[in-house]
Amino acid sequence: MAEDIFMKAEAMTATALSADIEAELAAARAPFFKAFGKWVRNQPLGAGSGAGVIVMILIAVFAPQFSPFDPVVSNYERLAEAPSAEYWLGTDQFGRDLLSRIIWGARTALFIGFTSAILGATAGLVLGVGSAYYGGWVDLLFQRVMDVFLAFPLIIMALAVVAIFGTGAENVIIAITIPFVPRCARVVRSNALSIREMPYVDAARALGYGHLRIILRHMVPNCMAAYLIMLTTFLGQAILLEASLSYLGLGVQEPTPAWGLMLQGGAEEYAESAIWIAIFPGLAITLAVFAFNLFGDAVRDTVDPKLRAR
Amino acid sequence: MKSIRLKAVCAALSGIAIGISAAGPAGAVTPKHGGTLHYVVPDEPPSYDAHRETTFALIHPLRPFYSLLIRVNPDNPSSPTDFVCDLCVGKVPEATDGGKTYTFKIRNNVKFHSGDKLTAHDVVATYKKIIWPEKGVVSARKAYYVSVESVSAPDDTTVVFKLKYPSGAFIPALAVPFNFIYQKSALDKDMHWYEKNINGTGAFRFKEREAGAVIRGERNPDFFVKGRPYLDGFDAIFAKKESLRVQAIRGDRAAIEFRSFPPKSRDDLVKALGNKITVETSDWNCGLLTTVNHKSKPFDDVRARRALTLAVDRWGGSKYLSKIAIVKTVGGLAFPGHPLAATKKELEQIAGYWPDLKKSRAEARKLLKEAGVDLSKTYYFNNRAVDQPYKIVGTWLIDQWKQVGLKFEQHVFPTGPFYDMLRNKKTYDVSIDFNCQSVVNPLLDVSKYLSEDRSGSQYGNFQDREVDALFDKMNQSGDPKEQRSLMRQMEKLVLDTHAHQFMTLWWYRIVPHRSYVKGWKISPSHYLNQSLDNVWLDK
Amino acid sequence: MHRYILKRLLLVIPTLFGAAVLVFTLLRLIPGDICEMRMAGTGGYFDESAIQTCREEMGTNQPMLGQFLSFIWGLMRFDFGTSMWTGQPIVSEIALRFELSLQVAIMATIVAIVVAIPLGTISAVKQNTWIDYVVRCISIAGIAMPAFWLGILIILGLLITTQHWFGTPWMPPISYRPIWEDPLYNLSMLIWPAVATGYRYSAVATRMTRSALLEVLREDYVRTARAKGLWEKLIIRRHALKNAMLPVITVIGIEFAFLMGGLVVTEQVFNLNGLGKLFVESVSNNDYTMTQALVMLVVMVFIFVNFVVDICYAWLDPRIRYG
Repeated sequence: MAEDIFMKAEAMTATALSADIEAELAAARAPFFKAFGKWVRNQPLGAGSGAGVIVMILIAVFAPQFSPFDPVVSNYERLAEAPSAEYWLGTDQFGRDLLSRIIWGARTALFIGFTSAILGATAGLVLGVGSAYYGGWVDLLFQRVMDVFLAFPLIIMALAVVAIFGTGAENVIIAITIPFVPRCARVVRSNALSIREMPYVDAARALGYGHLRIILRHMVPNCMAAYLIMLTTFLGQAILLEASLSYLGLGVQEPTPAWGLMLQGGAEEYAESAIWIAIFPGLAITLAVFAFNLFGDAVRDTVDPKLRAR
Repeated sequence: MKSIRLKAVCAALSGIAIGISAAGPAGAVTPKHGGTLHYVVPDEPPSYDAHRETTFALIHPLRPFYSLLIRVNPDNPSSPTDFVCDLCVGKVPEATDGGKTYTFKIRNNVKFHSGDKLTAHDVVATYKKIIWPEKGVVSARKAYYVSVESVSAPDDTTVVFKLKYPSGAFIPALAVPFNFIYQKSALDKDMHWYEKNINGTGAFRFKEREAGAVIRGERNPDFFVKGRPYLDGFDAIFAKKESLRVQAIRGDRAAIEFRSFPPKSRDDLVKALGNKITVETSDWNCGLLTTVNHKSKPFDDVRARRALTLAVDRWGGSKYLSKIAIVKTVGGLAFPGHPLAATKKELEQIAGYWPDLKKSRAEARKLLKEAGVDLSKTYYFNNRAVDQPYKIVGTWLIDQWKQVGLKFEQHVFPTGPFYDMLRNKKTYDVSIDFNCQSVVNPLLDVSKYLSEDRSGSQYGNFQDREVDALFDKMNQSGDPKEQRSLMRQMEKLVLDTHAHQFMTLWWYRIVPHRSYVKGWKISPSHYLNQSLDNVWLDK
Repeated sequence: MHRYILKRLLLVIPTLFGAAVLVFTLLRLIPGDICEMRMAGTGGYFDESAIQTCREEMGTNQPMLGQFLSFIWGLMRFDFGTSMWTGQPIVSEIALRFELSLQVAIMATIVAIVVAIPLGTISAVKQNTWIDYVVRCISIAGIAMPAFWLGILIILGLLITTQHWFGTPWMPPISYRPIWEDPLYNLSMLIWPAVATGYRYSAVATRMTRSALLEVLREDYVRTARAKGLWEKLIIRRHALKNAMLPVITVIGIEFAFLMGGLVVTEQVFNLNGLGKLFVESVSNNDYTMTQALVMLVVMVFIFVNFVVDICYAWLDPRIRYG
């Protein structure tokens, strides 16, 4: 529609555009911004947290530009100093600038968070839809396997993964992704099951469409809502899990900056005399997960028609 | 033997730094009776059998239930040569028969907690279990007693040890705090009985155990020293988290922790509680080492290994690391302050201890170039996932090596996988290692640095027959001067000329405790002086 | 109904078997050896043959299949054996920790229910008003805050405020006494981890209550009730809340199952001698028998809770049992 109007406008090059054409132009542009504006008004929390998420991503991506100091360089003269003009959030027990470590820690957190959330949710989507589609023995076996992984204590799984593969960011991602897959698969599967009963799937089959085509073109798009909801939920959870694992000593290791790692060991030792070492990383984790969760809520409220306000 | 003892006592008292900032008046105070001592222990012992375990987590809760044959003097536990009789009578006997026979007279009035009398036969049965364990019985320290030929009891109150050759290491080995004296009749029935049961002759009786939580002891009214113990009982509470142990002392849920706290926690406690806290410190018979994997290129080249040690600024590191970690003293292979240890002047001759750091690092860079070491590669540093002092010193070491262009990445593992990498997999380039002993006994303690087929705890993949020969000669010599000279030669070989393993720093014990705990004196090892029979509460 | 229960029970068995296989394999893959851990602890001088003897005792040098079969056989007889680390029977090792974890879990659940249901209801009824936003923010803060951070702050707060007000610092007791022996001592110790855990727990339950209630409030029968002219409060209490409770109960049940053995970090922070701590210790010590027993215990609790919830669902919603 917009294209027609633009062509009309071009056709009348020299002459001034009449007011109604102007109005039509404006109306054509409006839907996107109007919808966006409406969404912001309806979901102020979601919009605010969305902005927060974008800010975090920017900080993580441009960490070298934003951080005033090198996060792994120790200044042995300035151990555990209070926040000052030079060190805005103070220094930790190794004499490293806390603000820089938090900024770079955002990078670690978001990298691990996004990777494990996307991997976990996508794997869950694929497995859940596949299991629902094929049904029968495949479905039964698959459900049992998922049950085992759901029941299996997360910490033991993480401990085992770390003990076998070692510490470090990649292995943390593996350890965190594993519990996500069955949770997403479960939700997606129940969604896909209801779609499988739909007449158009039968019709597609009757027409002779292949399995893959039916799965990709019909079932997956309808599970998108569940997928997105699980994805945004996992983002916040992944950051928390990474923090917990680092706290237990199973996550990324020194001197890599990571929020959970900063709260471990030394932070408790210094918790009274240098309370900023304990406060700021914890605050960073809380705010990050907070923003992701609020944003996820807003996504869910938008995408799930049953929950829209009346 | 006598001259070394005098010299040792003087050296010990002057060399080892013991800081005791006492609260109340020291000296002649009458101990009060009564009260229960609460203390925190970082770990729980796996079994109750001290002959099979090696962890301090067994000593702290269980040592008060048992007695030893001889022990480190509880009133002077820092001395590496001051031993007194525990179950024996009189003074620790001198060797007779050319240094090969030791005869002990056993006390007559000792009863096990079950009521039976203790005789020399119990002592003999105990040592037979330790030195020549039956099949299926684990004795963790039997290698300490290779010099022993036989142990026997000619009558009910005499025990005779016969050695194959005279050995200065025997008496300290006898005083090892893990040598709980068990009852012969129990061992005859079941060699594994003591793994799950407790029946000793110590100042306290076993009251109860809550799995994972606490072990409680109560006063033994029939203890063979009249008037002791002063305490009514004790609670050994298990608390894994260090910060929680510090808080427990601060909140008076526990009065003392017998291992060590990092310097920062000591500062916090002193700041919060002032003179309600007493701090005792001592050098620790624990050395933090760096083990180099001799089978991993380029560290099979002695030049590359020497570069590793030359790059490290030990003197400077000691200054600031001692502020944040439980390490402090710069030393060689022998416990600093022991007569066999090197003086500062002697140390400064060894690579890595040179007073001129710039020269040292320039030499390191030169050696790396000569050996053709690839500086663009990142090498593998194996470390243990414990903060104090492993991770802290590890992070610092990587920084030191960076100064000469060597890049290392730290791979930190929990204890199990760490050992697996160190002992079995051996795919690391350099690893953190440690050498912790109980009684200060450098003659035996340095056995860690022997060839791998002799040592049993050397993981660097190397053999050095020269070092082995020096060790044997040193252990079979009776002359302290000769021992000292041989020790210096062995040190130079291991740390410098052949550059097998390096001592980074010796650990340092810091024990801040509530001032009402009296009678306990710090020693160079957290295994020593834990019988609690001379501890009292000034409340 | 009986067929449904039978069907669900049968499906439990392969899950248990799968969990047993998983834990057995995982543990054997972890590098490290319990005998090495015990002997080499000091880093000093010890005996190689001692390690060999220890291995024979533990049975770790037997072939894998043999070990697995004896494990499964023991499970079927409900004989969990002895811990490889302490040699004591596993049941007695677990008993005390189970008691403590159970108490913390129950207390946290009470906190959660007492807070979540009223808050969730208010938030749903007044959707998109400022009350809703405040409640949602508080809940999300509960989910966002790392549990161990909250625990650290609580203990620190206690120490500092008591020192400030009373001169001497007070901290919760660090050794456990059962509630029937010394209720005040017990509660003064366990209330703090219960609150720290309960905050997060209540946040999850609040959000679930809110969304479940929102869904129910859109149902046709609610609209009919409103059209009939019933009071809003009555509608909520009599019709909406009851139907919304089902997913809420599910969530509470699943979270409760998680609390048994999942509170690893909180237990560390408060020095609680619970199942989570036992878990971490036994895995770190490579204590195969203990870890296997614990995992099977946790899996069984999880399956049991799920089973109960499924039965409740089927009983309350006839569509499910015939589907």
